[in-house]
Amino acid sequence: MPTSALIELCILIPACGALFIAVSGRSPNLREGITLSTALGLLCVVAALYLRPDALHLAPIILGEPLPGLQFKLALEPLGMLFAGIASLLWVITSLYTIGYMRGNSESHQTRLYVCFAIALASTMGIALAGNLITMFLFYELLTMSTYPLVAHKQDHDAIAGGRFYLGILISTSVGLLLPAIIWVWQLSGTTNFTPGGILGSQLEPATVTMLLLMFAYGIGKAALMPIHRWLPEAMVAPTPVSALLHAVAVVKAGVFCMVKVVLYIFGVELLSASGSNVILTSIAGFTIVTASIIALRQDNLKRRLAYSTISQLSYITLAVSLLTPQAITGAAFHIASHAFGKITLFFAAGAIYTAAHKTRVSELNGIGRRMPVTMCAFAVASLSMIGLPPAGGFLSKWYIFQGAMVNDNLAVVALFLCSTLLNTSYLLPIVYVAFFKKESHPPHNAHGEAPLTMVIALTATAMLSLILFFWPQIPLHLASMLPGVGQ
Amino acid sequence: MSHLPILQVIIPLLAAPLCIVFNNRRIAWFVALCATWASFGVSLLIAQQVLQSGALSYDIGGWPAPWGIDYYVDSLNAFVLLIVTGISALALPYANRSVEQEIDPRSQPYFYSLLLVCLAGLLGISITGDAFNMYVFLELSSLSSYALIGMGPRRRALTAAYQYLVMGTIGATFILIGIGLLYSLTGSLNIQDISYQLHANNIIGSGNRTLLTAFAFITVGLSLKLALFPLHLWLPNAYTYAPSVITIFLASTATKVAIYMLLRFCYCVVGSESIFQLTLGQIVLLPSLAAIIVSSVVAIFQYDIKRMLAYSSIAQIGYITLGLSMSNHSGLSAAILHMFNHALMKGLLFMTMGAVSYSVGSVYLTDFRGLGRRMPFTMGAFIVGGLSLMGIPMTAGFVSKWMLVQAAIELGWWDVVILILIGSLLAVIYIWRVVETAYFNPLLELEEEEIGEAPLSLLIPMWLMVIANIYFGINSAIPVEFAQQAATLLLGGM
Repeated sequence: MPTSALIELCILIPACGALFIAVSGRSPNLREGITLSTALGLLCVVAALYLRPDALHLAPIILGEPLPGLQFKLALEPLGMLFAGIASLLWVITSLYTIGYMRGNSESHQTRLYVCFAIALASTMGIALAGNLITMFLFYELLTMSTYPLVAHKQDHDAIAGGRFYLGILISTSVGLLLPAIIWVWQLSGTTNFTPGGILGSQLEPATVTMLLLMFAYGIGKAALMPIHRWLPEAMVAPTPVSALLHAVAVVKAGVFCMVKVVLYIFGVELLSASGSNVILTSIAGFTIVTASIIALRQDNLKRRLAYSTISQLSYITLAVSLLTPQAITGAAFHIASHAFGKITLFFAAGAIYTAAHKTRVSELNGIGRRMPVTMCAFAVASLSMIGLPPAGGFLSKWYIFQGAMVNDNLAVVALFLCSTLLNTSYLLPIVYVAFFKKESHPPHNAHGEAPLTMVIALTATAMLSLILFFWPQIPLHLASMLPGVGQ
Repeated sequence: MSHLPILQVIIPLLAAPLCIVFNNRRIAWFVALCATWASFGVSLLIAQQVLQSGALSYDIGGWPAPWGIDYYVDSLNAFVLLIVTGISALALPYANRSVEQEIDPRSQPYFYSLLLVCLAGLLGISITGDAFNMYVFLELSSLSSYALIGMGPRRRALTAAYQYLVMGTIGATFILIGIGLLYSLTGSLNIQDISYQLHANNIIGSGNRTLLTAFAFITVGLSLKLALFPLHLWLPNAYTYAPSVITIFLASTATKVAIYMLLRFCYCVVGSESIFQLTLGQIVLLPSLAAIIVSSVVAIFQYDIKRMLAYSSIAQIGYITLGLSMSNHSGLSAAILHMFNHALMKGLLFMTMGAVSYSVGSVYLTDFRGLGRRMPFTMGAFIVGGLSLMGIPMTAGFVSKWMLVQAAIELGWWDVVILILIGSLLAVIYIWRVVETAYFNPLLELEEEEIGEAPLSLLIPMWLMVIANIYFGINSAIPVEFAQQAATLLLGGM
């Protein structure tokens, strides 16, 4: 099979999967079988794509050309490969988890959920493989649209209000800022193709560069820079598997992924460092890291605490890429992987606790580690990854970003990292502590054990992935080394 | 000499009395269907000839141009002819079941006959090169559309038609006065000849007052017909209470033809470089922006969804006149392209309204509860139409929005860019209200009654429109080619 066909399959498989899932809605076993096999099929295709030596040097595939020169096209590059790999790998695990969760909580409208999940994955693949800004924008909007039914899944008042908020913020930022930014780029350079080293040329005035950069930074609302981060905690009304895959991996990672791509492939490292506007991005991201961590400290609802932690961790990636040094860019790419594995484990654990014990608050978790030891061990491992301690993947990304800051003697960033590490520790480790070392305040109504088996398997697998990433980080590092601004 | 231009008008005009002669609703429908499909075929042939060998000219009765009436087709009106006949070719198969339900069986032959007269009128306006002939066809299409709107299933259709009659007649009279003044200045009714006389006798350069007055009348009259913002009052009621098929037909064609007339008079009679263009741009700019924002906001608060879409139409007309007011090549191309794309998306959305009203009986917001599950194909089509209206990539609406924003950036009108984008965001809100109700507000237990999907004869044209909306979002080479040729032609004078 030619490599270009494999790239097309990455989008076609989940899209067709969605169709089959919709048709097979009457038989739950068949429907979930199709979900799992679609996810596995996608993973196989992405893996095959990684093993093809010519995949990264392929001519772009053109999907359509609405206006002369304005094309929808797909092209693979290292970062997209990394993002596609993470999303497809975690979709398999999440599918397993979702089946357990949806059956365990006997949720309604399950078919709609599986269909939208598959469409969301197809859009995520589209973002990962987009060859220019227009294609990226298309799939970015599709991802927003397809995740809206997932956020509003419960159909009660809160869910619909949360869904509106989610859609409102994401659509208005993307149409109001991202689209004009893209058209402006088109106007300035006559193209929107992702080109290593940027397409904007070097004659641009610093003020224009800053303006454009800010339009992109806030237009890509999924990157959740403050003050447009509020959609993320609002989206936590969604069922936990949705929060896990979409609001820890696919949606938010799509945001920072787009951000990194815009910095490396549209502006280019040289233009940004010459204009000095990257400092503004660094400061916004730094502010977000600290503020979101402080807010996370004060949240009692477990999922909301994780949501604010996500906001802060996303800004690590934005901040890292804004430093523009090779090590920091490597760290940004690596953190996309390590945060994905860590955060999805934390959400899985939160969902497992909800399913088994019907608890949603941190203050109710005293002693739960004895009833659910596997879940809480996985939670502990993921917390280590979030804080950035060995032996978890998060350590390596922090290591690289730290190095990237030290190269430029950027002491403010170093101080910020120390501060945020302390904050991470203080909002995550107490949960682990009370779960294992405190006595239950009163025994639960029905003595529960672990959550259903599929959920436990899933969260163990993602915790293992966090550890594997620490001991065998070759694949992400290899891909990151090929990014513009890092290698050669 | 090819007789295609005259066939374009004469086919529906001659088919119209046939519908009444047979006086049978099935035969009448069939005659109308054949006539519209034949007109569509003719307009395709005309478009092909125009693209290949430039403008076509046809002298009626063999009388040469300044004395006799001539039909003149260039890429601008070839494109308008395609829009009008294309939409009616899709609306007629749709009409069969929808009209059967909404209109008294005895009046159905009259209905089809009037529809064909209206079509002939619109095609005549688009094809003729004679100003007075244009007015005659305008009256033909207007009078028949008043009657068609009055045939709507609810009694308020009558007052809506009356309102439109009053406003439309004022507009038509203004246009007639304008044409009369032009005649008194130049002694000619042929558009090319008027233009030639105005330039040759240096009437334009001297800032002639009669010319100014003539243009003021024509512009205001046409603004009434095309529902430019403060003159739009007839439109919401007319679209809301008209029979479903008529709403589809009028929303996608009638206002477009009026915009075509405005373009023709402004650019082909006085020419693009004249002072009129400069002031016209400024005069139209403000109402266009007001239309985009105010009508979209009003649309958000409508509970009758057909009325909501009517207000959205006014906003979309604002986008078209906004492109017109930019008076540069990219702005004009965007405006002409949006005439086509708006016909596609509004035609589609009103088709879904027709299907909902066919199955449910009315189109209030509350009627949409649970329809996502009961009418999946109709609501799916509604979502595609809505996405196109919002301007999401890979739909037709995106392409015209892209061109319009680009034209505004080219001129450095950043405030206009912001208003265009706010308009899209408002569209998201009013479309999403319906989607949310259809998919997330289930019916109460008490209300469980059997509501099924609309019949195939409604769904097939609807989904053809869906395909068109997506196809022209992925590959709009053909309409963009037409729009750019037409813009070049308008700016270069005739």
